[in-house]
Amino acid sequence: MTDPNTLSPLDLDTPDKTFLDANELVINMGPQHPATHGVLRVILRLDGEKVMGLECVIGYLHRGVEKIAEHRTYTMFNPYVDRMDYVAAVSNGLGYCETVEKLLGVEAPPRAQYIRVILTELNRMASHQLWLGTHALDIGAITPLFYTFRDREEILKIFEKYCGARLTTHAFRIGGLQYEAYEGFEKEVRNFVKFVKPKIDEYEELLTTNRIWVERTKGVGTISAKDCIALGVTGPVLRASGVKWDLRKAQPYANYKNFDFDIPIGTNGDTYDRYLVRMAEFRQSLRIIEQAVEGIPEGPVMAKVSKVMKPPVGEVYHSIEAPKGELGYFIVSDGSTQPYRVRVRPPSFVNLQALELMCRGQLVADVIAVIGTLDIVLGEVDR
Amino acid sequence: MVAKFKGRYGSGIEPLTHLGQNYMIVDRSLIPELLQILRNEEEFDYCVDITAVHYPKREKKEFDVVWVLYSFPRNERIRVTAQIAEGESIASSVPIWVTANWLEREVFDMFGIKFDGHPDMKRILLPDGWKGHPLRKDYGILQQDNEWVQINLGIESGQ
Repeated sequence: MTDPNTLSPLDLDTPDKTFLDANELVINMGPQHPATHGVLRVILRLDGEKVMGLECVIGYLHRGVEKIAEHRTYTMFNPYVDRMDYVAAVSNGLGYCETVEKLLGVEAPPRAQYIRVILTELNRMASHQLWLGTHALDIGAITPLFYTFRDREEILKIFEKYCGARLTTHAFRIGGLQYEAYEGFEKEVRNFVKFVKPKIDEYEELLTTNRIWVERTKGVGTISAKDCIALGVTGPVLRASGVKWDLRKAQPYANYKNFDFDIPIGTNGDTYDRYLVRMAEFRQSLRIIEQAVEGIPEGPVMAKVSKVMKPPVGEVYHSIEAPKGELGYFIVSDGSTQPYRVRVRPPSFVNLQALELMCRGQLVADVIAVIGTLDIVLGEVDR
Repeated sequence: MVAKFKGRYGSGIEPLTHLGQNYMIVDRSLIPELLQILRNEEEFDYCVDITAVHYPKREKKEFDVVWVLYSFPRNERIRVTAQIAEGESIASSVPIWVTANWLEREVFDMFGIKFDGHPDMKRILLPDGWKGHPLRKDYGILQQDNEWVQINLGIESGQ
């Protein structure tokens, strides 16, 4: 068993040997800073150009989503969850719908499950593409942004055709899907898979062996598996540190157990490994989509759910593997039409806590790289 | 595991299952000790979430503080719930899991529950000078700290 008390980040007052003996400088990064991916304020304590410590100030985007939930019915709250991690709205919706389904004791029909998996994996790719584009842009590589946004557009077109919205999709309903897949959905998904496969090699060609990219990311923001677990860090960050853990395999939800895919892991837990893990996840998502699109069964897309939902009294915690890590919902029902309490366990919020550990002893420019590699969305951090 | 705890703590623990999920309601006084045992002996090495629920209608113990734990070696989840009264504090679990730091600050921010031994017990999402704890049931959905808004944002009406 590891002892979290031995973690280095808590010991901020003993200076590193490599620090200059200059006066400490405190500077403010953000909240209006393009590289903080939203409105994140970071107070940096610097010695020369080295980071001695930092503090995150968050809450600028706080909208009180959990409070709103207590004043809406289960169905009415469904679109709100899309506004948390707004680049992976479909994953948020999947987590919420599955949690309420668990409370109600219903299960989405098989056809709905397959379409859910396809849309969620497409969204995972869209989220990773946005991450790659902006992360590379922060580090100084402009081209990948154009490449990834060009290809992400194709995913958004599928979403738009399916449900009318591109980002805040509200794609799922409690008990299944609102809409049947449109005519030619399967063909378009197949075409997209064919289209995007060489594009991922293209991204890799731009970056994987690029000297500047490697210099800027290798050994930057290293975090060990032990520290990841102590800090509750999940998702690609945990996997890049060598822990083979993915909720889709560990505690399969939806119908992920029917698909054959691998969990890519890294070894060093640095920014470069996290990049490689996410690139590998693109390919695994494509594998899942390929299998799912071949296997969509016929049948209804909506389970029998009454219009007025009154889940029996009780509480439930359910979590899914969102693109950023473990996204959990804890819902307490008091038997009425409105949830008594909805708690969202956001992956970004918990992962952001590791920023301090990952940045200590790094240069200021690396803070930008580490914020990018954590892949946070402030809408989800602040809720 | 549950039988072992039951033997050791007797009536302080009430193990329950709902929808296939295990949780236990434990006495407030057992809190740091029981969580420590769960991590060290039962291998619940990952603290997923800490949150709270407010039950103003319940007599005396109005708040539930909930820990969601996960064990990597066992691939198992468990929830621990402790009931506390208004104004009471509870032991911090930051010495057990570092991740508890921000999670406990959020519980404090939203419910006003203090955690003893927390290294930096202050608000996290709302501004430091804010009055009130929004996720309590007696805090209205339109309510806000008008005075804070007037002073800091310069909005006369406070809305």
